[in-house]
Amino acid sequence: MPKAAGDAPEDPRIFRRGIGVLWLALRTEWRMSLLAVAGATVFGAVAVLTSNVIGYLTDHVILPAFRADETTAAAMWLVFALVMGTGLLKAVGLGARRYFAGLVQFRMQARYRRAVARKYLQLPLSWHHRHPTGQLLSNANADVEASWAPLAPLPMAIGSAFMLVFAAVAMLVTDTVVALVGFVVFPLLAVVNVMFQRLVSPVATRAQALRAQVSEVAHESFDGALVVKSLGREDTETERFTVAAHRLRDAQIQVGRLRGLFDPLMETLPNLGILAVLLVGAWRLSTGAIEAGELVQIAYLFTLLAMPIRSFGWLLGDLPRTVVGWNRVQAVLRSDGVMDYGTGTLDGSGGVRLSASGVSFSYADSHREDDPADSADPADPGAAAVADAGSGRDLADRDDSAELRRNVVLRDIGFDLEPGRTVALVGPTGSGKSTLTTLLMRLVDPETGTVRYDGTDLRELGHAAIANAAALVPQGTFVFEDTVRDNVALGADIGDDQVWAALRLARADSFIAALPDALDTRLGERGTTLSGGQRQRLALARAIVRRPRLLILDDATSAVDPQVEAQILAGLRETDLAATVVVVAYRRATIELADEVLYLENGVISDRGTHLELLARSPGYERLVTAYEKAAEERAARGDRLPGDDLDPADDTGIDDTIQEARR
Amino acid sequence: MTAPAPARDTAKVRRTSEDAAPALHRTDDSAITTIKRGFALSPEFAKGLWLTLLLAVAATGGKIVVPMAVQQIIDNGITTGGRPDMGFIGSAVALCAVLLAVTTLCSFLMNVRLYRATESGLATLRRKAFRHVHDLSVLTQNSERKGALVSRVTADVDQISTFMQWGGLLLIVAGGQLALSTVLMAVYSWQLTIVVWLCFIPLLFGVRWLQKLLSRAYLKVRENTGDMLGAIGETVMGAAVIRAHATEERTARRIDTTVLATRAAQVKAQRLSIAVSPVSEVVAALATAAVIIIGVLLGVAGEITPGRLVAFLFLVTLFIGPMMMATEIFNEAQNAIAGWRRVLSVLDTVPDIADPGEAGRDLPRGPVSVRFDGVGYAYPGGPPVLSGISEEIAPGSNVAVVGETGSGKTTFVKLLTRLMDPTEGRVLLDGVDLREVAFSSLRTRVVMVPQEGFLFDSSLGDNIRFARPEASDPELWQAVTELGLGDWLNGLAHGLDTPVGQRGESLSAGERQLVALVRAYVADPDLLVLDEATSAVDPATEVRIQRALDHLTRGRTSVTIAHRLSTAEAADEVLVFDDGRVAQRGTHAALVAVPGVYADLHSSWVRSSA
Repeated sequence: MPKAAGDAPEDPRIFRRGIGVLWLALRTEWRMSLLAVAGATVFGAVAVLTSNVIGYLTDHVILPAFRADETTAAAMWLVFALVMGTGLLKAVGLGARRYFAGLVQFRMQARYRRAVARKYLQLPLSWHHRHPTGQLLSNANADVEASWAPLAPLPMAIGSAFMLVFAAVAMLVTDTVVALVGFVVFPLLAVVNVMFQRLVSPVATRAQALRAQVSEVAHESFDGALVVKSLGREDTETERFTVAAHRLRDAQIQVGRLRGLFDPLMETLPNLGILAVLLVGAWRLSTGAIEAGELVQIAYLFTLLAMPIRSFGWLLGDLPRTVVGWNRVQAVLRSDGVMDYGTGTLDGSGGVRLSASGVSFSYADSHREDDPADSADPADPGAAAVADAGSGRDLADRDDSAELRRNVVLRDIGFDLEPGRTVALVGPTGSGKSTLTTLLMRLVDPETGTVRYDGTDLRELGHAAIANAAALVPQGTFVFEDTVRDNVALGADIGDDQVWAALRLARADSFIAALPDALDTRLGERGTTLSGGQRQRLALARAIVRRPRLLILDDATSAVDPQVEAQILAGLRETDLAATVVVVAYRRATIELADEVLYLENGVISDRGTHLELLARSPGYERLVTAYEKAAEERAARGDRLPGDDLDPADDTGIDDTIQEARR
Repeated sequence: MTAPAPARDTAKVRRTSEDAAPALHRTDDSAITTIKRGFALSPEFAKGLWLTLLLAVAATGGKIVVPMAVQQIIDNGITTGGRPDMGFIGSAVALCAVLLAVTTLCSFLMNVRLYRATESGLATLRRKAFRHVHDLSVLTQNSERKGALVSRVTADVDQISTFMQWGGLLLIVAGGQLALSTVLMAVYSWQLTIVVWLCFIPLLFGVRWLQKLLSRAYLKVRENTGDMLGAIGETVMGAAVIRAHATEERTARRIDTTVLATRAAQVKAQRLSIAVSPVSEVVAALATAAVIIIGVLLGVAGEITPGRLVAFLFLVTLFIGPMMMATEIFNEAQNAIAGWRRVLSVLDTVPDIADPGEAGRDLPRGPVSVRFDGVGYAYPGGPPVLSGISEEIAPGSNVAVVGETGSGKTTFVKLLTRLMDPTEGRVLLDGVDLREVAFSSLRTRVVMVPQEGFLFDSSLGDNIRFARPEASDPELWQAVTELGLGDWLNGLAHGLDTPVGQRGESLSAGERQLVALVRAYVADPDLLVLDEATSAVDPATEVRIQRALDHLTRGRTSVTIAHRLSTAEAADEVLVFDDGRVAQRGTHAALVAVPGVYADLHSSWVRSSA
């Protein structure tokens, strides 16, 4: 049967790929697979044997007993032994088949879930920015599951293939003509199968993408639950989710319609074969070409075929989903842009000499790669599936730039910092400071230019070399659902005293000590049990504990009270870290602690110098840094005038009217 | 491949999640109740079921009738000796073909109906669960990882579909087959029919007992899957931290632990589930042996003819097939029930911050007055973080809330916006207890801007519009301009169409805060609550916003948490929090003049900013 189907003018991209995927599983877990197939074969063989046993018992025990009107205990024992014996053998075969088939399936699932998750860890941040978390969860769960779904019926199908061959040979030997008439069923089955695969593939592809979209919407919505709640948008969010859920529903119903036709057809066709065999056989019988017994045997063998053909039906019915799931999994596994790290190490001690030259960077606009509308092209479903599968999926990295609007964030950044210096990175909101900090840590690579530690291009350094030398405290802190200790040490071999020392330096020791289990307290997802300032200090401790030679603080104390921040910064300077420090800051006190200031405006370093120098010569810098003072002065000058009266009169005219209008 | 033993850790999670946060309910209904409730939640399952059942009966009838007809053809047309009766065979075959066509059609129609009913029902279930998650309080939502929460409306629901489409379908078919073959068997020999049933009844009891074990095993699979997705979700959301500290290996190991735990749970569950079919094989063999032996004995006693016994043996195989199928489907049902239970757990979790709904009161429009009446708050299982707060905020006033980290500021505004309910005392808006205010009124009148402005993955304009979907682009521009942010928006290459990326991460943290602020402003609340909403914005922009807000919040009440004391300087009044209490209250000028918490905070602020 698989041969017949394989020889037919198949759509190779679906059928062969599906078989290829399953073959991969069999090869990977070949021991377990062999055991499962062996179990299935035993089961199939014994199933055939069972009817022979019943036949034998009918002829040798039942009928004689009726004829003689008596029977013996020995005969009864023979019945019991033979029937139970075959029953036990079948049980063993069945148990082995299902147990080992399950093992193969679960092992493959686990294997690919780990592979997908590892890939997530390797792929660069830019890739993550383009892929919704919900979609990635769906890839790791639903898609992996879909890939390996047919592994459960597979051994049964393989095992029954033996049955099929056996039965086919037996039929051919008995009577070629009648057998061949019966075999007409096979091409029919193949045609039905081809039609099914062709029709269902695009729909299944779409359904799986929609499944991911449901996950996406749910994840984003739950992630933003606070905003949804505080603006009372639960209804519209539910509406948004319902739309996604209904699209999935409709696609699934479409799949179901095809599947619902395919399954009964696969069951019916062998029955039609039996009828054909009976009709032709009866005619052959009437011409005396065969004996009645032979015809009965062929008919019986044919009924035996129904089961294996059904199991093939199940297998083939699952195949499109497999290919779709596999394509989606492969799309992740084959994504480009994994950061290749060098092998270089850094041997220096003390602060890192940090330099950058000609560094530019732009963000590709977020690109939806998984829109089901893309893959639902009915004209050429196969092509969509192939494009999906190939590495060409990471469109944003390679597609023509005409379609992609890139936002230039940094242009031609160059500087050279002496080891041990503290440099403040100052600039208005959105001027590219955070992006620069991620480049300095090689979380992303610049489009042009290089960043160097101690004169070595970051791209030549090993991942560990960079991570050991430098630590970044990002603006938004992520807290793992884990203990405080693990959140600080992150699995590194760091003693409690060092953890406490880092916490002390980050001024986090007192609130951590007040937690119910101190270092052993588990923190919730995204650290929600801690306040913003507390999370920032935890993240700071996480960086300090590694004793980095380069410490990059991206506005890392924005949620920390000024006096606490002052203590932290003072503490940092008092330690023996001697690190080079790059600090993104707005507060004047923080900036003043720096040896020099890089002033960033619209993605370029517009000035560099000490705080006082910049204050004197850079109007933009001066405006930024003295904003609070000026505001306070203005307030003082206004005395008891109402706030807001000093607004530009042009702005002021009609504002109240427009507010009223907006309210309506 | 070895899983680092997580036993100690998981024990710990359990403990803390039980006594700390108000976690999700654990539904423990019986299987039958669970299925009943599942059907009640998705009325689509039951709708038109009778017609589907009718089709199933027809399809099942065909499945039995065709092999029997074949048997008849062989018995009466072929093996009768002499020439085969071509006339009889021809018409019998034609009849069979028609029957087959009808059966196939019935199966097809049944499948289509079943798929439609199931998928519609599951979509409804997803919607209900999704909605309920949003109805839960922030505390409850945070008691579970986002990935795990997502699995409740995705993977757990998917689990039900397998049963509803395959198991449910086959169970109906199998049930029909069992009934029909029992009747047929009884026609041939009632004694042997009893023998067959006697063999299978113990099996049914065994299956029942196994269900209990299985249900636990499958629930464990579902829980482990939830954990696994939670862990993978963490990897994705914590991507920056993981890369910055090169902890990929450790993170991979953490994921491995959950993946392997899921696998172990799957293997364990399947060990139980597959135990049934080999046992049923043995029982089937026993039944067959018993039928032959007792049949022969009956025959010897003249109770049954050999032809009837042989025919009965054929019928037994028609009985055994669906019987084994049914036992297996019961197992599969447990899997679905586990999924249902997980979804029901969400729905059974009573929101601890409940919307009074219809019974709730509406707040009239206009500036809101706020009164805290002996308010205290303690997180579940924790010490009080706020106590004895009795304060009033006059309508239309502009109040700054200051205090050190952990002094209770954020808790104060969470109570004010009813993200949490006080553990003692009450919070009143316009004299109405917050717990009595309908959410529809509360959420339009009171809007909070949290510190981390979460944005959805769409355009900047869409994110602002989130607060007021009907707002036009010019209206959005106007709002942005009114807040003094026109230059910033003009500076973005695509203006309102700028895509913000996942969680808004294509924008800087400061820009995200700006969008969140505009969004709240567009919502046009009467009480605006800002929780360090501009902490990541540069000082010049912040001062500009501050000025604009001073002007724009005239006619509204506003409460602002700020650690940049420039905000406090500009406020009508300052509430100073210290250690869960209001330590001082007054204007900036008055407070700064007397020694105390505020004076200390202010002097350190002046030192750091000037």
